[in-house]
Amino acid sequence: MLDLDLHLPLGANTLAVRLASPGPVLGLLGASGVGKSTLLRVIAGLDRRAVGTVSALGEGWQGPGVFRPPWERGIGWAPQDAALFPHLSVLDNLSFVSARDVHEIAALLRIERLLGRMPRLLSGGERQRVAVGRALACAPRLLLLDEPFAALDHALRAQVRADLAAWCGKRALPAVIVSHDEADLDAFNAQVWVVEADGVRQR
Amino acid sequence: MTLDPGTAIALSVSVGAASTALALLPATAIAWVLARREFRGKAVLSALVMAPLVLPPVVTGLLLLRLFGRATPLGGALAALGLPVTFSTFGAVLAAGVVGFPLFVITLRTAFEAVDRRFEEVSMTLGVPPRQTFFRVTLPLALPGLFAGIVLAFARGLGEFGATTMLAGNIEGETRTIALAVYALLDAPDGEAQARVLVGASLALSLAALAAFEALNRWQRRRLELDGHARS
Repeated sequence: MLDLDLHLPLGANTLAVRLASPGPVLGLLGASGVGKSTLLRVIAGLDRRAVGTVSALGEGWQGPGVFRPPWERGIGWAPQDAALFPHLSVLDNLSFVSARDVHEIAALLRIERLLGRMPRLLSGGERQRVAVGRALACAPRLLLLDEPFAALDHALRAQVRADLAAWCGKRALPAVIVSHDEADLDAFNAQVWVVEADGVRQR
Repeated sequence: MTLDPGTAIALSVSVGAASTALALLPATAIAWVLARREFRGKAVLSALVMAPLVLPPVVTGLLLLRLFGRATPLGGALAALGLPVTFSTFGAVLAAGVVGFPLFVITLRTAFEAVDRRFEEVSMTLGVPPRQTFFRVTLPLALPGLFAGIVLAFARGLGEFGATTMLAGNIEGETRTIALAVYALLDAPDGEAQARVLVGASLALSLAALAAFEALNRWQRRRLELDGHARS
């Protein structure tokens, strides 16, 4: 599903990443500030400082003389701090690309009653779920989730991640999930790689 | 001296509106380039755009005359197209547009720079190419800044004097805007009353523009959620 062979400059350090994940869901675990989010941005094609190759879904996305721009990768990215479009309602955020499945996705993430609201009126956990919904609604071929459940309380967190895992499983939608909580990754049966200062290793 | 204050006010408003409309596309393009792109010569472009803000308007007018005078290739070509620049309303529009341009660009550039790039990044990862992302995310988020730039450029164009006199002269009904009319009335024996009307109109228009500018700035901050509110 995903192959990375990269050198990623992070401040004074360089993170060496050699990773092959054949399964549908890859989990990235590690302390904060170690470069997990940056790695996700590299996979999205947003961070071009990394030197090396990125292959996903059997296609070359980055390599010598190759760079596929973000808008041609078919990804759905939910950044850690949501970054909801502040000028659009929750419904308009979700249907930014397509209005198909929006109500089903809203029900999945328990955000139906928020559809008419503007992002500035949402709590942190609500924003994160809308960001995940927005990523799902663009009909991605690969989902990139950055700490998607971090701001949710315990009970809701378990429910939402189980339902989201089932949704992805039913549609055979591959995903890369960044989390510092192993329970999040296990809910998706993710193949877990641990990111550390000197590189990555499989758990 | 025959001078109708109404004519001067109407002409000022039309010249201000036309110069702002003329500046809209180039100002937006240059503001975006200065806000979002790094390239060699960026400082030169920025200085060139900002120059009319610090140059004496008479000097700006003189430079425009050297560029667009009837004897120059550019001015000659425009005159042949029926758009003579010297001693014409078009000249007044051009002078007002050039002098208001830096205010337009600096306001819009600040608004573009205030738009968090992550909104554009998210849009692109969702499959929306850069040009559409500009029109669906960047421009709507900077819209109050665009309006504020329009208001400032319009207000600056309304009162343009130095560059207009140099390039377009002081012709009743064609280039004699409010500022030029007030200047002409100072020499007229019975111009006091008319001048007072024009000064009043000028004050009212300028203060209204500044009030609008302030309101638009507040809207811009709300739109980008820059004002403090609970984010829990």
